[in-house]
Amino acid sequence: MSIFDPSRRKFIQTTAASTGAIITAKLTTDAEAKSVLKPKQVTEPAKVNILLRVNGSEHQLMVDPRMTLLDALRERLQLTGSKKGCDQGQCGACTVIVDGRRIVSCLTLAVMQEGHDITTIEGLGTPNNLHPMQAAFIKHDGYQCGFCTPGQICSAVAMLDEVKAGMPSHVTSDLTRSPKMSAIEFRERMSGNICRCGAYSNIQDAIAEVAGERT
Amino acid sequence: MKAFNYERATSLAEAVAKVSHIKGAKFIAGGTNLVDLMKLQIETPTHLIDINDLGLDKIEASADGGLRIGALVRNTDLAANQQVRRDYAVLSRALLAGASGQLRNQATTAGNLLQRTRCPYFYDTNMPCNKREPNSGCSAIGGYSRLHAIVGVSNSCIATHPSDMAIAMRLLDATVETVRPNGSIRTIPIAELHRLPENTPHIEHTLEAGELITAVTLPKPVGGTHIYRKVRDRASYAFALISVAAIVQRDGTGRVAVGGVAHKPWRVEAAERDMPRGAKALTAGILANAQTTHDNAFKVLLVERTIASVLNEVKG
Repeated sequence: MSIFDPSRRKFIQTTAASTGAIITAKLTTDAEAKSVLKPKQVTEPAKVNILLRVNGSEHQLMVDPRMTLLDALRERLQLTGSKKGCDQGQCGACTVIVDGRRIVSCLTLAVMQEGHDITTIEGLGTPNNLHPMQAAFIKHDGYQCGFCTPGQICSAVAMLDEVKAGMPSHVTSDLTRSPKMSAIEFRERMSGNICRCGAYSNIQDAIAEVAGERT
Repeated sequence: MKAFNYERATSLAEAVAKVSHIKGAKFIAGGTNLVDLMKLQIETPTHLIDINDLGLDKIEASADGGLRIGALVRNTDLAANQQVRRDYAVLSRALLAGASGQLRNQATTAGNLLQRTRCPYFYDTNMPCNKREPNSGCSAIGGYSRLHAIVGVSNSCIATHPSDMAIAMRLLDATVETVRPNGSIRTIPIAELHRLPENTPHIEHTLEAGELITAVTLPKPVGGTHIYRKVRDRASYAFALISVAAIVQRDGTGRVAVGGVAHKPWRVEAAERDMPRGAKALTAGILANAQTTHDNAFKVLLVERTIASVLNEVKG
């Protein structure tokens, strides 16, 4: 079990009902870290001072090396758009864009992302100035519960850039040519984003519309 | 996750020296497999040496007309490389059949080779597993073993190697370049990188402690038609039940490697002379002495039929 359990329990009690998010870890504050509840045998790792560049802003953070990028975004920077679904790289709900590439933020450590440009759903658009992909998801009803949506949108935005850059996929028939902007390509390339509600067909419509505008 | 210290290596020599001298130290590159296993405390490094700044991310021509792929080249970049797509298409196809777009953007060439099995019992820390906890027993033998190995198995372990990329690398006779803790450089044929489980399934490869893969080199292109056919439970983003990597020449000769059937990429060169005789003869040689379970016996026929399908595709 985690050494963070005491605060985890408190955290879940106070926030689980309002967020609905699956939260499996919560870093302690310095005061909590000194708590008598902490097992003595656990060696505290050296905290690392990092500069995270997120959505164009720089944030100086002192982090435990164990903290994933996802936890740093959600718990330290309060950027809760990126969601913790499976926390093991299988669902895509935590997808963010790092240096123009989509990655799952649950499988990288915050300390490893210093010096990189991180874009989250909050950095793509705002309620008054939506990114075209966000607008298309709303127009086509590309979600039901909305939990996977930020990851779907970040993934879709970076995915179209991959097609545009000529990167092939599993369904690209001729590897020596640039892939086409097509539904079959989008479906394959979005397979790392799971939607339990099954809004896939509407997500596809939203992506197709944005792709059409670009070509 | 167990506590660990973290630092970024600034030179190759520093990286290998630290990992070989600090007890429990490990390299981290893409992290897609290691971080996942650390969360489950299946991997418990005390110290992580981040090697991402070492500049091992180039793909360049090698002196003998082949290709030298830096250990840190991301799976996405390797699959999209124009020369790989043209001359080593089976490698591009294998990479694109694995994982998801997000994971391929993070995962590295060397990390892909060294990723650990996805045997569900290896991941389930409540169950015995000789790979995770030596001499604790194997839960897959006599357990749910539909995904497990059918060749090269032992009484200790029937786990498979999960990589698609490694199957293509084995087919292409890739060579792994490493730096040892004493600073010496060596090359390992890919066939000798991964071990069979025998009675030490926790020892998965032949690298020394602290030895770092710096590059994977491909010999000059061999031409032919390149095919990677992966059979899985869903059309995308799933590990292979089995996969077949093949290069077939116009005269009907060629080579075949099979994934999803063993603890390492599986290729039996001696069996390849039977390629012109068809899938049945070829499969009999590749899967000779197969030891199946009730759950995974289907893989023998699946390999044969997939090879048949691949050979038919080549004929057009």
